[in-house]
Amino acid sequence: MAVYLLRRLALAALVIISVSAVTFVVARVIPSDPAALYAGQRPTADQIEAARERLGLDQPLYAQYIRFLGDILQGDLGTSYKTKHPILSDIRTFLPATLELVIVSTLMALLVGVPLGVFAGARRGGGFDQVTRIASIAGVSIPTFWLALIFQLFFFGALKLLPLSSRMSNSVALFNTFPTITGFYLIDSLLAGNLVAWRDAAWHILLPAFTLATYPISLTLRMTRAAMVETLSEKYITAARAQGLPEHDVLFRYALKNAIIPTLTVLGLSFAYSLTGAFLIEVIFSWPGLGKYVTDAVLNVDFPVIVSVTLIVTVFYVFINLIVDIIQAVLDPRVALR
Amino acid sequence: MTILARWFGSRFAPDSIPARLRHDPLAIFSFLVVLTLILAAAFAPLLTSRAAEGLGEPNPVEKFAPPSAEHIFGADHLGRDLYARVLFGGRTSLAMGFLVVFVAVLIGTPLGAVAGYAGGWVDEIIMRVTDIALAFPPLLLAITIAAALGPSFTNAAIAIALTWWPWYTRIVRAQVVTLRERPFVESARIMGVNGFTIIVRHLLPNALSPVIVQATLDLGSAILTGAALSFLGLGVQPPTPDWGQLVSTGPLYFPDRWWYVTFPGLAIFAATLAFNLLGDSVQDANT
Repeated sequence: MAVYLLRRLALAALVIISVSAVTFVVARVIPSDPAALYAGQRPTADQIEAARERLGLDQPLYAQYIRFLGDILQGDLGTSYKTKHPILSDIRTFLPATLELVIVSTLMALLVGVPLGVFAGARRGGGFDQVTRIASIAGVSIPTFWLALIFQLFFFGALKLLPLSSRMSNSVALFNTFPTITGFYLIDSLLAGNLVAWRDAAWHILLPAFTLATYPISLTLRMTRAAMVETLSEKYITAARAQGLPEHDVLFRYALKNAIIPTLTVLGLSFAYSLTGAFLIEVIFSWPGLGKYVTDAVLNVDFPVIVSVTLIVTVFYVFINLIVDIIQAVLDPRVALR
Repeated sequence: MTILARWFGSRFAPDSIPARLRHDPLAIFSFLVVLTLILAAAFAPLLTSRAAEGLGEPNPVEKFAPPSAEHIFGADHLGRDLYARVLFGGRTSLAMGFLVVFVAVLIGTPLGAVAGYAGGWVDEIIMRVTDIALAFPPLLLAITIAAALGPSFTNAAIAIALTWWPWYTRIVRAQVVTLRERPFVESARIMGVNGFTIIVRHLLPNALSPVIVQATLDLGSAILTGAALSFLGLGVQPPTPDWGQLVSTGPLYFPDRWWYVTFPGLAIFAATLAFNLLGDSVQDANT
């Protein structure tokens, strides 16, 4: 186990180093003239020269890379061309919005995917199983950015039921302010005891979070089903049934307890995956998170932002995967012996 | 098929998978949908009288014409028939999916074969690089690479393929490691056949079937990711159409011109779903 953990940690460290190398290549080597990009739109020759000096582009590549690493380690991710803010402070503002969205959608996946998976697995090959098989393949096939638009057409355009976009209504945000503590609106508004704001924030997160959840819902459904099918064939389940326990207890109290482990692993991985999946959703729902920030940066060729977000999100991604792997190894020691 | 069969020899037995698929109605259905979409894209000019509009020629008179007998999918902001745009967009979107998977297989397969055959430090290095590549968030890496290379069809395909190859390396390596010790490889080695020939003639043909299964499974996601990149403006540039790009223009005219978003998106959904169902069935038949 210790060897496995060490190996896993070493790999994570290697990945972080490679991420820095890849982002360095993307930011400084691939663009034909990074200084011109850095200097902004239509720069003068003097500005380009100044940028070249500031970026140290006159020095050899390895020296540039070391400087690049040094800046990052000091928390200096550079300045965005567009917002003109230090990127780190921008990320501090935008990250909580993305995390709130991803966490809510993961909870939705858990609450919807697991029970459906239990029922599908309980009646393997039955009608419900067939329907959920197709539905979950459809769930991973549907372009989320399109589904988001269709939801907007339906729930906002046709039914006028849910808000179109953003994290809160302007009117509520103006008259029902609450202090920023975590950056999660649902938590901050509750802490302030501001129920009007909480209701509004919850109303706003519903559609984007559900859209983002279609993929993890399908995944957890399939995973829970597969694990249930396996667990239900165990002898202790037969024994529980023979004792005349109600079917509901057999499924949810006895079988699910064992079947949930692989599902939680998948959910952890899909949480990491959703961090980037959220990007497209944020664009459509004008959700002021990292995805909106980075896609705006793509349109403005704002390289420092693209690179910094890639760096930060990848570190998050690696970290979550590491935690999932470790939990899995603790729950099932066979994993470490691979 | 005959050339393929001769090359693979009887070991690969390419008929065995289709034989089982013939009894799976869902597989037949999804195969027919896939075939229809490919043929529709290939013969796009024959299926519409508005091929010029499909390729981008504006027709301002019919700006935002709603769906009707004349325009079954309606018309866009430049009056172009959306049905024709979707038909021609299919050429780009489907080609993107195939290109991504092809490039990923092209990079991943030789690496996996060499790692599995050589073993030792070569194996160790290749597989650790693979682990690292797999640890990147794929969509974000693709966005970053595509943004750095500049928006275009080829660059988007390369960017996605660069996040995809490690899966093929893993699959092929796993196959080759088990095949390496088999008598026919052993005897080839004893007869003095060189490593390259052993890999190409003896190992790869036998390792190909799981690669084909994985490739079928991947086509759907490749089309979906390609559409996502072009939705973000990183794919093919207008006036050449692409499904993702068509969906991205739609929201500008929201929510009144609902057809602009709906039909191109349905095309992406149909294609991805059909490929995924087919992949699912192929995987079922293979296990």
